[in-house]
Amino acid sequence: MRWLLAKDLLILRRSRVTLALLILYPVAIALLLGLAISRSPSRPRVAIVDETPPGQTVEVGSRRVPVSEYARELFSQVQAVPTASRASAIAKVRSGEVLAAVIIPPDIASRIASLRRASIEVLYDGDALEQSLVQSSIDAAIARANTGFSEQIQRPTAATLQALLAGGETGLLGGPSEAIGLSRMPAALDAIIARQPPGRVRTELQRVARSAAFDARELTLSGDVLATVGQPIGVRSRLLHGRRTPLDAFAVVVAVSVSLMFVCVLLSAGAVALEREEHALARLARGLLSPWALLAEKALLGAICSFVLALAMLAGVGAFVTLDWSRAALWLAALALAAGAFGAMGVAIGALAREVRAASLLSILLSLPLALLALVPQDSVARGFYDAIGVVSFVFPFKAALQALDAAVNGSAPAIGGSLAHLAVLTALFAVLARVGLRRAE
Amino acid sequence: MEVRALGKRYGGLQALVDVSFHLSQGEMVAVIGPNGAGKTTLLSIVAGAQRASAGTVEPGPDQVGWAPQQQAVYSRLTVAENLELFAHLEGVADPRAAVARMLEQTGLGERSGELVGRLSGGNRQRVNVALALIAQPPVIVLDEPSASLDPAQRRRLWEFVCNLAGKGTAVLFSTHDVAEAGRLADRVIVLVDGRVLLDGPPLELARIGAGGAEGDFESGFLELLRGAQASAPAPGSREPGS
Repeated sequence: MRWLLAKDLLILRRSRVTLALLILYPVAIALLLGLAISRSPSRPRVAIVDETPPGQTVEVGSRRVPVSEYARELFSQVQAVPTASRASAIAKVRSGEVLAAVIIPPDIASRIASLRRASIEVLYDGDALEQSLVQSSIDAAIARANTGFSEQIQRPTAATLQALLAGGETGLLGGPSEAIGLSRMPAALDAIIARQPPGRVRTELQRVARSAAFDARELTLSGDVLATVGQPIGVRSRLLHGRRTPLDAFAVVVAVSVSLMFVCVLLSAGAVALEREEHALARLARGLLSPWALLAEKALLGAICSFVLALAMLAGVGAFVTLDWSRAALWLAALALAAGAFGAMGVAIGALAREVRAASLLSILLSLPLALLALVPQDSVARGFYDAIGVVSFVFPFKAALQALDAAVNGSAPAIGGSLAHLAVLTALFAVLARVGLRRAE
Repeated sequence: MEVRALGKRYGGLQALVDVSFHLSQGEMVAVIGPNGAGKTTLLSIVAGAQRASAGTVEPGPDQVGWAPQQQAVYSRLTVAENLELFAHLEGVADPRAAVARMLEQTGLGERSGELVGRLSGGNRQRVNVALALIAQPPVIVLDEPSASLDPAQRRRLWEFVCNLAGKGTAVLFSTHDVAEAGRLADRVIVLVDGRVLLDGPPLELARIGAGGAEGDFESGFLELLRGAQASAPAPGSREPGS
């Protein structure tokens, strides 16, 4: 078997273009997938046109909140591109320089001050999918900016209410320098009432004191009410099981798994098909090598090459993303079993296909959808379709390899043992399938 | 070599029926027959590349060298690398010496470093035959070895094979060229519809065509075929694609 393995490695070394493609193609695909996953457009690039006059403010009682605060909030949620005019913003959206443009109209302050609903204008472009993605990410950014601006308005309002309740220095609000404060007013009135003789004046004062006590009590609650209205429902997250994998680290695992699969499946399938194409299968089958040994050698070829590539990728990416090197033994176990399963899948494809081109095409046609299907999140598709995806992912090794590697690299759930056992079972099943395919060729 | 009552069935097709013959040391035996007669099936079973449905072949494939009809060589390896690989796989004691010997015997020494894929059809066939001989087996089986060769290459190949037979190697070969079989073989096996119609010296075949007198091999072969077609019970026992 080792002579045949040495022969295959020699042929591989001589086929430089194939070798380069075999490495570059999966690495490029893997990196693209990884980038797509890890770089979601959380801070979209947006042109912002602020048409409000400079220095314009929204009056909140006796206080003023600059409208520029709103623009500042919006700037903090997106990659803001300050733009002078609406026409220029439209041009930037059309050219693709920015995902969208937000136009803050000149009358926004007066509308807020007059308690009318103010609105901003959002412009975007692109096809249906792009529009959908851009719209949701812009909507999210604007919602966050609205919340921030709302807090800007709440803060002085709450401070004014506090001053009215507590009294003291209210000169800044246009009040007296030593205001009594609504909350202390009932007690002050009670002291005055106690000195009053019974009669109409005392009765009137008692009525005023009761009203003041009620007003103070109700106004005390208004601060909380304001905060509740500004953000009625807060979010407190809790993960129910396992460990959450950081997106960057998960992207690394996806990239490595995809590369492992492509290289291993393509090489193993191609190597078996090449024996057929060169008519050497019959010569080997006459006692020089058992069919099982032949299949094992081809699977081993793919597994060794893909294992080395995947390990190099992990080590290389480890320079940019924080990986736990103390788990390296688990990485090796996950990579080895995944490579074995992909090798078995590759030889099954190679045994069923009659020539190298067919084997390569079949490998790509199978591998690419498998990688994409394994990444479909739960609840992003209909339940029945997701179940079907689950079945497909279960009978091919990619999902199990991804889970094993994620567990090995990031310690995420499910535990690595189950995934490794799954990979071992799939290796055996694909090996049997490959043997059946080879028997057809004999 | 003893081949006894060999049979091969592909599903409903009976490709070989009760084929028996023997092959002595240094003997050259040609298997001839029309397309689909079962020549390739017979030779690949004798070489151990296919399993028979019935019958036995002695000795086993480890004592038989085989050059299949479709050249089974690695085109991305050099001539020497192909020979060395199969020397290792055949378990030859000194693979390097075996490679040197085969390069010398086949006259491929000057081409030893060339990739087989870049060789002419004739030279590729020489490599194909050389791979069958690398372990110096007592029996070699050559399936249409001269099919893709020009006359000069053909002559060189047969000189080489006859030389091997002269040194004691038993040679079983198939050919479409009846005259070639008559000229080179010590014995001719005529196979039609998977059955042996004739197993004897070429002269016996020549006499059939000339009504008992000494005639040419092709006439004898055609006469034999006509007789077989006339007495055939029913069509349908053909081997596909050989």
